[in-house]
Amino acid sequence: MLKIAGKTLLAAAVLALASPAAAQDTIKMGGLATLEGAFAAPGQDSIRGIRMALEEHKYTAGGKKIELITGSSDASPASAIRATRKLVEQDGVKVMIGPLSGSEGLAVKDYAKTQPNVTFINGTSAAQDTTLRNPAPNFFRFSTEGAQWMAGLGEYAYKVKKYRKVAVLAEDYSFPYTQVFGFLEPFCRLGGKAPVDARFWVPIGNKDYSSVIAALPDDVDAIYVALGGADAINFLSQYQQAGGELPLIAGSITVDQTVLGSKGKIRKTVIGTPSAGPISDTWDDPRWKAFVAQYKKMFAGKGGFPSPSLFAHGYYINTKAALLALDKVKGDLSDGGKKFRAALSSLKFETPTGMVSLDERRNAIADIFLTEVVEGPDGNLVNKTIKVVSQVSQTFGVPYKEFLKYGQVSRTNPPCK
Amino acid sequence: MQRRTILILGIVLLTAALLWMIFAVWPGWLIDAIGRKKTFVNTLLNGITLGGLYFLVASGFTLVFGLMRNVNLAHGSMYLLGGYIGYEVAEATGNWFFGLAVAFLVIAVSGIALQVAIFRRMQGDELRQTLVTIGISIIAADLMLAVWTGTTYQFDTPEALYGAVVLPVISVIKSSGAPVFIKYPMYRLAVLGVAAVVGIGLWLFLNRTRIGMMIRAGVNDREMLAASGVNVHFIFALVFAIGAGLAGFAGVVGGTALSIAPGEDIRYLLASLVVVIVGGLGSVTGAAIGALLIGLAEQFGLAYFPTYGVVLTFLIMVGVLAIRPQGIMGTR
Repeated sequence: MLKIAGKTLLAAAVLALASPAAAQDTIKMGGLATLEGAFAAPGQDSIRGIRMALEEHKYTAGGKKIELITGSSDASPASAIRATRKLVEQDGVKVMIGPLSGSEGLAVKDYAKTQPNVTFINGTSAAQDTTLRNPAPNFFRFSTEGAQWMAGLGEYAYKVKKYRKVAVLAEDYSFPYTQVFGFLEPFCRLGGKAPVDARFWVPIGNKDYSSVIAALPDDVDAIYVALGGADAINFLSQYQQAGGELPLIAGSITVDQTVLGSKGKIRKTVIGTPSAGPISDTWDDPRWKAFVAQYKKMFAGKGGFPSPSLFAHGYYINTKAALLALDKVKGDLSDGGKKFRAALSSLKFETPTGMVSLDERRNAIADIFLTEVVEGPDGNLVNKTIKVVSQVSQTFGVPYKEFLKYGQVSRTNPPCK
Repeated sequence: MQRRTILILGIVLLTAALLWMIFAVWPGWLIDAIGRKKTFVNTLLNGITLGGLYFLVASGFTLVFGLMRNVNLAHGSMYLLGGYIGYEVAEATGNWFFGLAVAFLVIAVSGIALQVAIFRRMQGDELRQTLVTIGISIIAADLMLAVWTGTTYQFDTPEALYGAVVLPVISVIKSSGAPVFIKYPMYRLAVLGVAAVVGIGLWLFLNRTRIGMMIRAGVNDREMLAASGVNVHFIFALVFAIGAGLAGFAGVVGGTALSIAPGEDIRYLLASLVVVIVGGLGSVTGAAIGALLIGLAEQFGLAYFPTYGVVLTFLIMVGVLAIRPQGIMGTR
């Protein structure tokens, strides 16, 4: 017993002596995703996205080794802050990738302001105000956000599907507010209706949707659903079991691979559902196909989905951006990351889903895909590309000052009377 | 006597009003006041069926507490483990009912193991037992996360129970004069049926059998029961097996109605705690009343004011604790 203790002590001492030398050619990168709670499955795919980018760069950037330290949250802002603080203050990471969920992003952005020497790069959190109002100078988002993801869907629902009145069912936090805003703004401008009393906001992690399903009005043409992870699976399978017949319009993560690739009985309900988001499973483009092939090579049969989800994609792009910028500054973070952040700000690069660049508030401008759920050739459910909306900015081309007049996203914005 | 008459009269009136609300076609003023009938009836049924599910979990919890004065905080883990085991078995054999039976048996055996290996060593030491069960639940949650990952699992509902049935309740009468009937998922009705059977079965078992009599005697005075020659250890193990088995059983039933995923253990532990606090610790009837109240509160909250619905459950708990701290059916 004593012998073992002695050996352990010796090993610890050797490690302690060795680590300063190692630190100079190693960069610690933190990866934060929701590995617990309702969004656990999306969280796992996020980590796959980080690993894909790191693998591509052989875990080196700018001549230095990249050491990944992962942290977990449960989609609540408090848990995201706890995990981020641990990574930054205890593990000493200089580059943070994450978080996954909207309200987490808002919290981490505020925390970022207290850590000016650490660079925070988003995971897939997609609340509008993470970058639109009071952005942090060291927070970057190369994945687009929830309202951008809805580009083209409102017009499509009104003009092609001919829906005039919709009910809304969404989780009650910043990301679904952003998505609902992104969908309803054009839909209502065209003349569509979505009465405020036909909008249902449920807490994250709600399991039983039967009463919400019963309360959904009959006199609407469709239901716009913005739920994610386990919440989406629960709703969709219960809606199918209850014999629900209204057509659905889905938020970006409601018919994403994390839901379509699950083991729930949702097939009948989701086929034909239009949606929009930063990826489309069937996009016929060599860059996307190469990305899917790499994902399958790394994770098929090891817990991966039939096709990479939006989360793997978002984390991949953000990690990739970090690695490219590190290459540019030769891995030099000795100035508190100033050069690194300047490189990030001016970064423009090819991703599996086209060109990505940043606006002045460090939010991405990228292509968005309008999609529809179909049964793929091998029986898997996939999102078919209907249209690519190119280079969508956070303000949809409206000048920044003008765009702020649309007001903050909320349960009742836009009113759509 | 006077008070009792008023109480009975109140219950009869309330029941009559409820029946009228379920079966009559609603007049315009009522729809204006509280919305469509379809929403109300569905929510009512949802609340009752959810209460049935809560009862399945909480009855085992309250049974174990009633006899052993041991708050088993690993009860939620047994629910979740039962769900996972049932899922694996149902997937492997293609038979949902087989999965249900195996989940009940395996979790019942694990309950006995827990009782023999751990609780017997710290008999009467309540604080230690509570802390140990918290420890077990945390370890179990991590082990289950390692084995089954964070994915959400959903059972294939057996064919016979899948889909919706048309209830003989008219929702509205169309302008053409044709009545519209209310549809409801078959499976949820089955959950209610199972809960009722289990509840009645437990009541009969406790009140009409010799072993049940021994258990009730043990609840009142353990030492005296042991002194009169009854093998108390056997009784304890049996009660623990039934309590745990019911949790595993509920894991499959609940996992099919909703879904199973990490975190469900805590959710159902919390629900059981609230149910037994409201209903009264140690009383099976109390668990039934508490489960019904909490189920209805959750569902009506979700349907009529979704944003703040969660508060309703805890308001009931606060109310009960303030007025009747021992719970509705609890004894001091």
